[in-house]
Amino acid sequence: MEILLAIMIAVLTSCGIYLILRLRTFPVVVGLTLLSYAVNLFLFAMGRLTLNAPAVIGATDHYSDPLPQALVLTAIVIGFAMTAFLMALALRAWGEFGNDHVDGTAMPDDGDDRR
Amino acid sequence: MTGHLIMAPLLLPLFAGLLLLLEVRQRLWLRRLTGLIATALLLPVALLLWQQAADDVITVYRLGNWQPPFGIVLVLDQLSAMMLLITALLALPVYLHACRGDDQPGANFHTLFQFQLLGINGAFLTGDLFNLFVFFEVLLIASYALLMHGQGPQRAKAGLHYVILNLAGSSLFLFGLGLLYAATGTLNMADVGRVISAGELVSPLLLQVSGALLLVVFALKAALLPLSFWLPGAYSAASAPVAALFAIMTKVGLYAIWRMWPLLYGLQDSPLAGMVSPWLWWLALATIGFAALGALSAQRLAALASWLVLVSVGTLMAALTVATPAAWAAGFYYMIHSTFAAAALFLLVGLISTHRGVLADQIEEGSALSPLLGLLFVVLAVMLVGLPPLSGFIGKLLLLQAVPEAAFWIVLLLASLLLLIAFSRAGSTVFWRHQAGDKPAALSLADAAPLTFLLLLCVAMVVLAAPMMDVAASTAVQLANAQGYIDAVLGAAEVMP
Repeated sequence: MEILLAIMIAVLTSCGIYLILRLRTFPVVVGLTLLSYAVNLFLFAMGRLTLNAPAVIGATDHYSDPLPQALVLTAIVIGFAMTAFLMALALRAWGEFGNDHVDGTAMPDDGDDRR
Repeated sequence: MTGHLIMAPLLLPLFAGLLLLLEVRQRLWLRRLTGLIATALLLPVALLLWQQAADDVITVYRLGNWQPPFGIVLVLDQLSAMMLLITALLALPVYLHACRGDDQPGANFHTLFQFQLLGINGAFLTGDLFNLFVFFEVLLIASYALLMHGQGPQRAKAGLHYVILNLAGSSLFLFGLGLLYAATGTLNMADVGRVISAGELVSPLLLQVSGALLLVVFALKAALLPLSFWLPGAYSAASAPVAALFAIMTKVGLYAIWRMWPLLYGLQDSPLAGMVSPWLWWLALATIGFAALGALSAQRLAALASWLVLVSVGTLMAALTVATPAAWAAGFYYMIHSTFAAAALFLLVGLISTHRGVLADQIEEGSALSPLLGLLFVVLAVMLVGLPPLSGFIGKLLLLQAVPEAAFWIVLLLASLLLLIAFSRAGSTVFWRHQAGDKPAALSLADAAPLTFLLLLCVAMVVLAAPMMDVAASTAVQLANAQGYIDAVLGAAEVMP
């Protein structure tokens, strides 16, 4: 289980970082979203993984750490708001520059962004 | 009642901001008045809190009355009280300046200004690392929108870079917090210190990784060298009052490192002790040198001012890394001076831009400017370069005295020389080179009043240098005493309703 979760987080993080380094705004937004998914999963694991246990102390002898769950909730909300803001900003930048390059410099319009 | 006063720096801007949302788009004067009252009220509140903290008492406010380390605490010690006071003293003139017309292009300027203050005050007061993250996000999202205040592709580009970079930084922050919790089982700052010094660490390696990650995030906010390339672009693209308010933002990052230094990075038994300080020391010096060269290359006055913010970041980081009470005390003095002086310079650049019209703040030959503007520029230049007799000189002298390292002396003095050249070049081009017979437009005194207030604060720092250094010294001693902080927070009494 730990291995599976670790691999999931690693894949999400590396995809996120790769996309953040692209030079069009949309892949960057998607990259940041993937990165925030990875963070949320990672926060879940920060109190160690516990299976089949409620996050309530005192109800049973075997419980999972409730704090990370509360923190993940906060992180999700904040991440969601930030992504929404970034989308709006990217749209505005597109309106101002007339293209979706992160620097606003015009690119040859052949769909090739591997420069 | 006085027990609840610590909430005022958060509640005031929060409610003012919400109130401003209600009346937004109508009656500009009402918006300005509401914002002004809220901003002005912060000043007596900050003064009262500062007085409360001055007796070496650490006030702890348990939100929801949970026994620490559970729940969130607000902690007021001398350092947070000082930072609150700086913020309040800075916010008032900046807001007044904005009300002279810079607030008009966007409808939500006043609301965002209050939320920005909420985030900054919260970051200074909180005693919990996750809560620090939340307040960072509050101040960041307000700053994203403030940075875009006004129009222009330049601002959209700088804003986009700033937002993307900081969102990536926030993700790193959360990774660091997760690892810290995994390593120590707590996110309360004082409890982190206790766990480390009591040797109850789950994994020293995880702590090292998390400490390093958190440091990267704080250094990004503070704009330390490899993470500082965003700052000149963002600050010089912002409108004048926004850039002036941002003068405190890099200090939030520095504050976070300062706060965690005795509890995490500099703590004797910490696996991080001695791991980060050599790196930070050289990076700090590199930041000073890089920023001084940047100042020489500046083609706009706002860019020059931004590079100066970077110089002060490097200088402060060097003082922080030395980690002696004397260096920290000198650092605090220099921090107050550099915040006010940099903010004043941004406001002055704003005034110059409006007076020059199309040319704005380009360092080029243009129309004649009022001699009063020139006078203010010279005073600010003397202050920021660190020439006698103003506060910059005293701040640098104190730092040089407290940090007797050859490398630091050489870098700081050379940087001062470069800054002097940059200022002379900019000043002589902007103020002296114009067509003969060109009559300058008169500067209205009301326009110059806010920044003159900031200048007078810096002059007051010269007159009151001795008592201020006493306060700074006791602040540094209190901050360095990790055990005192831990005992105060973990043994906090219940909050009475």
